Amino acid sequence: MDTNRLPLQKNKSYLSNQLTKIKLKQIKRHWQLYLIVMLPLLYLLIFKYIPMYGALIAFKDFNAVDGILGSPWAGWKHFEAFFTAPNFWPIVNNTLLLGVYGLLVGFPAPIILALALNEIRNGIFKKSVQMITFAPYFISTVVVVSMIILFTSPRLGIFNHLFEFMGFQQVDFMGIPQYFSHIFVWSDVWQNVGYGAVIYLAALSGVNPQLYEAARVDGATRLQKIIHIDLPSIMPTVVILLILNVGQFMKLGFEKIYLMQNNLNLSASEVLQTYVFKVGIEGANFSFASAVGLFNSVINLILLLLANYLAKRVSESSLW
Amino acid sequence: MSQQTIKDSGSDRLFIIFIYLFLTAVLVVVLYPLVYILSASLSSPSAVAAGKVWLLPVDFSLEGFKAVFSQSSVLRGYANTLFYTTLGTTINIILTIMIAYPLSRKTFVGRGIIMFLLVFTMLFEGGLIPLYLTVKNLGMLDSIWAMLLPNALMVWQVIIARTFFQMTIPEELSEAAQLDGCSDLAFMLKIVLPLSKPIVAVLILMYAVFHWNSYFEALMFLSSRELYPLQLVLREIVIMNTVDISNITDVASYSAQLNLANQLKYSLIVLTTLPILLIYPFVQKHFVRGMLIGSVKE
Repeated sequence: MDTNRLPLQKNKSYLSNQLTKIKLKQIKRHWQLYLIVMLPLLYLLIFKYIPMYGALIAFKDFNAVDGILGSPWAGWKHFEAFFTAPNFWPIVNNTLLLGVYGLLVGFPAPIILALALNEIRNGIFKKSVQMITFAPYFISTVVVVSMIILFTSPRLGIFNHLFEFMGFQQVDFMGIPQYFSHIFVWSDVWQNVGYGAVIYLAALSGVNPQLYEAARVDGATRLQKIIHIDLPSIMPTVVILLILNVGQFMKLGFEKIYLMQNNLNLSASEVLQTYVFKVGIEGANFSFASAVGLFNSVINLILLLLANYLAKRVSESSLW
Repeated sequence: MSQQTIKDSGSDRLFIIFIYLFLTAVLVVVLYPLVYILSASLSSPSAVAAGKVWLLPVDFSLEGFKAVFSQSSVLRGYANTLFYTTLGTTINIILTIMIAYPLSRKTFVGRGIIMFLLVFTMLFEGGLIPLYLTVKNLGMLDSIWAMLLPNALMVWQVIIARTFFQMTIPEELSEAAQLDGCSDLAFMLKIVLPLSKPIVAVLILMYAVFHWNSYFEALMFLSSRELYPLQLVLREIVIMNTVDISNITDVASYSAQLNLANQLKYSLIVLTTLPILLIYPFVQKHFVRGMLIGSVKE
């Protein structure tokens, strides 16, 4: 045995040596590719990795004169200040509520639309539904929020014209905190349901027709076919998209929330990211805001890893 | 699906009727707000204010559109957005191809590391404040560069382009070209680029829509109003309700002025969205193709 292992090991180190040589040769031969890739890498460094490093100021008392490196360390001070602040729980609650509500409604909606579309024959109607539901995805956040504000405006909006017509009192929808989450989540469904359905439709079109044949022979109803054929076939896609959605959980379209905020609904609409923006950039309290932002990023990363881990345990599909 | 060949049973027929009803309802709910905005923008200001518009334009007029252009910020915003979109997308395309092509080559030693560096930025980010400080330190605050460079590259688009290159440019082709003395750079310019027109089209669309629609970068980085893109102008006028009515002079009464100030918001929304919705029917299928390429796993 021992006599056998020695040459093998020698062989191994010889092989790895050869491998490095080949690699070096490859690098030399493709030096132009490395030159080309430099510029994009420089971009990543400057606009992605330097800010990651810059997140360090969450642990410092940042001042512009000393810069990131020179500013004095502050430890967990800013985190503690945030965790004990009176608005900590309201903000975290709002973030979680909007995130969970958005996921519960926004995630299944495109699946349902895709399953329904898959049931009907290819034709003008199917094409129109697909095309029209996909269109709002291309509309900007500012336009969507503008539309919401115009529609819900107390005196001139169409909702209140309708209420007036039916003899109800006028309502300032955007000024009532209880309505905020509904308006936010359902307008999101309006904008994204068609876009989300595209991927599921592609997955559904890949289902083996023989499965349907077999089900038909067995006398399955349409609903049974959906439950026993369609749903299992798109499950891998569903799982992957669920993980990705959970990974977006803490970002939850804060650009839209920021636009929808006003003084009256703030108690329901202030979330971590909008708070970071206000305290940090509008208030120039950089270190404290970075701490809040970092808290947000870390929770986000943990959620993503957790979702991926659970998906791996429960099903075969995962991101990595 | 061709499940229609056999006759549906009674319950199935009911089910399919339900599906048609459901989809019709979805169609109406999605379409109605868009139609309403368009109709309101083409109605007379007083009809909109009185709530007479429900579906089609009432007292057709173009006053709203005329009034939009009385707002000096609108035309400038349009010009700025066009500029940011054109130049920003050009930078995006160049950088995306520069990183996606090398990453698509198996002989490119180190592609694993670079791919990881790229994908990691999707999982974790420094946050708004550090990005803001970086842009500030680079002296780009309140300049056009703040609108062009911080989003010069997007990971998802790189993955789409890389997957496309892997599928369409076989490794043997680039190796053979090398043996014939064609350098990587020449190969990219003469062979890869001409072959990747479809993917470049998809990337242009995706990036251009992003630039046209984005407002947050502008809000964060710009303070001079002369640099504001259209979306930020729209935000000021509609969301913050700051219509400059001093320029609306050809109207009789103050209340008519206010009505017009309200109605021009609808017209402005139409003008902001129109370019995208006009090309939408033609580009939709490219967009879908891009999405599907992107969702191919490794």
